[in-house]
Amino acid sequence: MTPPVGQEWEPVCRLEDLEVERGAAALVHGQAVALFRTHDDRVYALANHDPFSRASVLARGIVGTRGEVDFVASPMHKHAFDLRTGRCLDDDHVSVASYEVRIESGVVQVGSRQERRASA
Amino acid sequence: MTERIPRTDPRGTHQRRTLVVVGHGMVGHRFVQAAVERGLTETHDVVVVGEECRPAYDRVALTSYFAASSADELSLLPSGRYDDPRVDLRLGTRVTGVDAEDRTVALDDGTQVRYDALVLATGAAPFVPPVPGRDLPGCFVYRTIEDLDAIRDAAATATSGVVIGGGLLGLEAANALVQLGLETHVVEMAPRLMPVQLDEAGGRTLVRHVEGLGVTVHTGAATEAVLGEEAVTGLALAGGGRVEAQLVVFSAGIRPRDQLARDAGLAVAERGGVLVDEQCRSSDPHVFAIGECAAPGGVMYGLVAPGYSMAEVVVDALLEGAGTFTGADMSTKLKLLGVDVASFGDAFATTPGALELVFADAVAGVYKKLVVGRAEDGGHRLLGGVLVGDASAYGVLRPMVSSGITLPDNPEELILPARSGAGAQLGLPDEAVVCSCNNVTKGEIGSAVALDEDGAHACQDLSCVKSCTRAGSTCGSCVPVVKNIIEEHFAAQGRVVDKGLCEHFSLTRQELFDLVAVHGYRRFDDLVEAHGRGRGCEVCKPVVASILASQFNGHVLGAETKALQDTNDAYLANIQRNGTYSVVPRIPGGEITPEKLIVIGEVARDFNLYTKITGGQRIDLFGARMEELPQIWRRLVDAGFESGHAYGKSLRTVKSCVGSTWCRYGVQDSVGLAIALELRYRGLRSPHKLKGGVSGCARECAEARGKDFGVIATEKGWNLYVGGNGGANPAHAQLLAGDLDTETLVRYLDRFLMYYVRTADRLQRTSAWVEQLDGGLDRVRAVVVDDELGLGAELEAAMVRHIGSYRDEWQATLEDPDKLARFVSFVNAPGTPDPSIAFTTERGQIQPVVPDDGSGAGGGRTPEPVLVAATIGVREQA
Repeated sequence: MTPPVGQEWEPVCRLEDLEVERGAAALVHGQAVALFRTHDDRVYALANHDPFSRASVLARGIVGTRGEVDFVASPMHKHAFDLRTGRCLDDDHVSVASYEVRIESGVVQVGSRQERRASA
Repeated sequence: MTERIPRTDPRGTHQRRTLVVVGHGMVGHRFVQAAVERGLTETHDVVVVGEECRPAYDRVALTSYFAASSADELSLLPSGRYDDPRVDLRLGTRVTGVDAEDRTVALDDGTQVRYDALVLATGAAPFVPPVPGRDLPGCFVYRTIEDLDAIRDAAATATSGVVIGGGLLGLEAANALVQLGLETHVVEMAPRLMPVQLDEAGGRTLVRHVEGLGVTVHTGAATEAVLGEEAVTGLALAGGGRVEAQLVVFSAGIRPRDQLARDAGLAVAERGGVLVDEQCRSSDPHVFAIGECAAPGGVMYGLVAPGYSMAEVVVDALLEGAGTFTGADMSTKLKLLGVDVASFGDAFATTPGALELVFADAVAGVYKKLVVGRAEDGGHRLLGGVLVGDASAYGVLRPMVSSGITLPDNPEELILPARSGAGAQLGLPDEAVVCSCNNVTKGEIGSAVALDEDGAHACQDLSCVKSCTRAGSTCGSCVPVVKNIIEEHFAAQGRVVDKGLCEHFSLTRQELFDLVAVHGYRRFDDLVEAHGRGRGCEVCKPVVASILASQFNGHVLGAETKALQDTNDAYLANIQRNGTYSVVPRIPGGEITPEKLIVIGEVARDFNLYTKITGGQRIDLFGARMEELPQIWRRLVDAGFESGHAYGKSLRTVKSCVGSTWCRYGVQDSVGLAIALELRYRGLRSPHKLKGGVSGCARECAEARGKDFGVIATEKGWNLYVGGNGGANPAHAQLLAGDLDTETLVRYLDRFLMYYVRTADRLQRTSAWVEQLDGGLDRVRAVVVDDELGLGAELEAAMVRHIGSYRDEWQATLEDPDKLARFVSFVNAPGTPDPSIAFTTERGQIQPVVPDDGSGAGGGRTPEPVLVAATIGVREQA
């Protein structure tokens, strides 16, 4: 299922409400979403749910880079997730949902869930 | 004029001239060598007159004379004669006068020698300050092998000796006295040792080393008189101090021996020394002066390298070359009492705009300072520096000063401790002079190891390079660099083991700790930009946060560090499996009043928290939602609680048994001590968690030996154990020191903990740290108990700083809206609790409900949350 049309871009908070290289949880379309602001002020949104621990905690992880990839390490057991795609960098079979994000006049808006890339 | 020259030439050449050299010290000898090598003896007969009965010897290495089997080992000319027959060496002979008009020198054997050119290389004499008693038997100077013989004879009946002068030579002399088994003192008028070469911090570091060797150092101390009636009995210092000694060595500087020149009417410099021009020519064009007796441009140079340069210049002048001496690199590197000391270039940062970069490792007794200035291309260049304790970088650094090359982006790499993979890639240009004593460039060393075109000869090792190029053959300070250059040349391209933390830093925790100390970095960004790459990760960020906390003790959620904190530190509480937190207030030593127990009970009841007694004798409150934490803290703080740091890599608890207060077996107040220790070390951020324990008697009910530090009462005091832990790899703490009074115990603990914080690796408990230390527990004991590194005071001071800067993290968070900002469930719905968190009840308390979605951890499946907000189910298509 995809989010209902018409709710596609939901304003969530101002960019400056987000800590740099840290996450914050938000309720978007009724769903717990983790927003991450990188050092160069890009914002990503993943589902807040850590599939390994099954707790809603990804927003509380440490943000960093692995190679060129911006990622968050789950605070629970440090599994790393690609901020762009939600793909788990430690386990190919696992991923979390990722959402489109845009910033309009300093306001962070979260859009629809991104299509998952085909994977093996 | 040539017809007046005596015909000493064996081949009887009419055109030959006579060159007289007065003095056969290191510089005089070097002059003769250069004269022979460069063909001056083709046209000149050389008469060398040496006052000492032995040919030139290595005065720089004078102290090694005691270790040498004979004086020959120091000799620069063991055969006593030059191979070139046109050099006539007359030893044990003194020049009594120079007649500049007649161009003759008079010798003390009554003969006269005419000269066409005269080279004065008479050196310098020790300066003996005019203090009463300075002529008493037992007073010596430190200049010649004869002086050393006399000192050795006197030392046979003496028990203690004092050296007046804490400069370079004074410390050499002190070394000699130590070697002779004397209780040794050094008296220096300046406020620090080696005042000419070292800055204050460098001098301090040196004092620590020197005192560690048993030498007593008196700085800022003027000598008033040498005491004694018939022989030396001691020294009276200004201000009333006294030093008992049967032997006094004056080493308060040197004065040029310029009397011959003065008597001959030659110009001398204001502060002594034969005044010479850039070709080292005196006011009489036939007379030259080189080495310590000369004052080119009015300045005297008390080092051998400038003397050698002057020797070359004069040979050049006599060959009608254009060489000039325009000042010298006064860089110094030497090993004093086993301590490396070097000073080079603008060591005191007198150049306008100069910056200092300091690395100090008190643990290792190392102090290094670089003085850096702007280069023309906008980068940085090295102006000078000071190295104490480890001067291995000297060989690389000094040529950087003289060649003026632009420094690499991270110049501090040059002085940080060597580590795998770094090797401070020298980056020296080929023309950089590596050996300044013998003026050998990097390029020349490179050619020496490269095969000749005809494959005839290529040096295969250091000793071959030394003999072929002379690099490293004089003072030896450049030998490590020469070796590096050779090794680089032969380098097998083996991959070096990376001991780095993660992909962002190829540095260990200790190396990062040092970098932060050197630069005073307060921000992760600065550190990673300068010394790492990328934006960090869950490994390096908490390490940096911990290092910053250990050194500056700022708040965990301060602006510069809040993004770095690991899971638990980030919220000052312990995350649990459902994303809620547990809260542990500090209960020092496990002692708590009924009122406080009631408060904990009330808080647990009001916030519906699960409570459990921990292994560390406190109470854990589970099930707090993140956004509830501040309210819970508020209640606890208002009741007098503070954070128990159960979430940090920091001191957790100091567990105790009930001790002598109640227990019929107890011999000491274990609870009182445990409380004092827990309050002393609370908040100390460390490489891993730290636990302590105190038992009031040998029954050990506090299980103190299962802790990082454990204290067990004895009849006489306390036994201190270190390096224990429970967990997956349990370790029993080992006895560090026994029967300590409380004050000593605390002092040792301060030292132990700070030593650990400074040098352990990431997530290394004390047991593993002790084990990997070179020397293990003995090493810890040497540093902590015996204070062999002289570090004790510094480690204690660091702990005192920590204690003074301690603040309760919870309270500080409550007072700061910026720090509180992150404690919301949803940034856009702060009033809405996380709907995925749910509890059931078991045995009268809450328990988390873990969603069971049946598919395990895979599939990226979104859970079925118990939503309190509008629900839009999002289920993934497989």
